[in-house]
Amino acid sequence: MSAAPDGCGAPPGGVAVTENSSGEAIIEGTVTSGGAPVQVGYARLLNDDGEFVAEVPLGENGGFRFFAAPGNWTVRVLAPRGARVEETVSADRGHTTTLALGITQA
Amino acid sequence: MSRSDVLVDADWVEAHLGDPGVVLVEVDEDTSAYDKGHIANAVKVDWKKDLQDPVRRDFIDKHGFEELMSARGISSDDLVILYGGNNNWFAAYAYWYFRLYGHANVKLLDGGRKKWELDSRDLVTQVPNRARTSYRAGDQDASLRAFRDEVVAAIGQRNLVDVRSPDEFSGKLLAPAHLPQEQAQRAGHIPTAKNVPWSKAANDDGTFKSDDDLRKLYGDEAGLDFARDTIAYCRIGERSAHTWFVLHELLGQANVKNYDGSWTEYGSLVGVPIELGAGR
Repeated sequence: MSAAPDGCGAPPGGVAVTENSSGEAIIEGTVTSGGAPVQVGYARLLNDDGEFVAEVPLGENGGFRFFAAPGNWTVRVLAPRGARVEETVSADRGHTTTLALGITQA
Repeated sequence: MSRSDVLVDADWVEAHLGDPGVVLVEVDEDTSAYDKGHIANAVKVDWKKDLQDPVRRDFIDKHGFEELMSARGISSDDLVILYGGNNNWFAAYAYWYFRLYGHANVKLLDGGRKKWELDSRDLVTQVPNRARTSYRAGDQDASLRAFRDEVVAAIGQRNLVDVRSPDEFSGKLLAPAHLPQEQAQRAGHIPTAKNVPWSKAANDDGTFKSDDDLRKLYGDEAGLDFARDTIAYCRIGERSAHTWFVLHELLGQANVKNYDGSWTEYGSLVGVPIELGAGR
C-alpha cells in the first residue's frame, strides 16, 4: 500500500487502484447505471451473518474498495431514488476480488 | 432531553441554513468530500488537521479550539449543526468534541451527508465567508472522556461497549474493512465488553433508529445495565462517539464516557488483558 492513511481517514478522493501485493483480502469494484459510473452512492460491506462491517461513498469512477478478511461477504450498494443492488462474494488473502455492479435508477 | 434538542432533519436544515446564529459544519472521514460539494453555507472542520494536536496524540487544547472556532466565524452562542459522511461518524465525534469544550447549542443533522445525497438535495462548492469571532471555550468536561487507566479499572465494574464490527471485536480484523489492516499491535476486545456495533443504532440511510428500538437494542438484546456507568470505545473514538450520542443524548443515560484512545491504544498496551472471540 502506498500512502496508507493513518487513523480512520479515508484516502482523499476515495479509492485508488494499486496492485495487491500486501497480502490483504481486497474486495473492490465499480457501480454503473446505464453504462455510466454512479458517482453518488454508497457501497456497504456485510459479513457472512449479514451484519454491517463498513461503508464507503463511491469514488468518481463509481468505484469502491474494502480490505476484508478471507471468507464470504456481501456488497450492497445504495444510490439515490431508492436504487439498490447487492452481490455476495468470497475473499482470500493476497487476492483482489473485483465486482462490476449495475443499478437501475428510476 | 428530547430528540429535537439534539437532532434536526434535512427539511429543517433547508429551511434554516441562512438563519443568523445558525452555522452548518461539515466533518468528514474523507476530508476531501466537502471540497467536492457541501450544503450551502456550511463550513468545513477537518477532524484530523483541525481537531488533533499535530505532535502529541491528543486533542487541540482549549486555546486551540477557541482559535479554530474564531477563525471559522463560529460564536459561543451560535447553534452549530454538524453533519458528515459515513453515517455521521465524524460529525458525532465533532459533536462530542464540541460538548467536551462546553459548546451548549449543537445538534446533528439526522442521516448526515448520506441521507442528504440519497434524497438528491443540493450541494454547492462555494465556500462561505464568515467574519472572525472571539470564541470562548470551557475547560474540557472530564465527565465525557475516558482515559486508559479508567478503562482498565472499569473491566467487570462498568458497562464497556465495544461498538466496532463483530469481526473487529472477535479479533478477525484490526480495522474497519474499508481501511488497510494496520494500527493496534494486538486484535481482540477489552474483557467483559459487550459488542454492539454502532451500525445497529442506525437505519440504512444513516438516520438514528427510534428511541424504543434503541432502548431494546442496548437493554434487552445487549444486556446493558442502564443503572451502571458506561464507557464506549471503537478504534479511534469516532464510531464510539456515535454510540455515546445515542446513549447519552438520545436515551438520556447519565455517566457515559467516550474512550477516544480506543483499540489503537488499548490493543497496543503492554500487560493489559485481552479477550478473543465473540464475547459472552
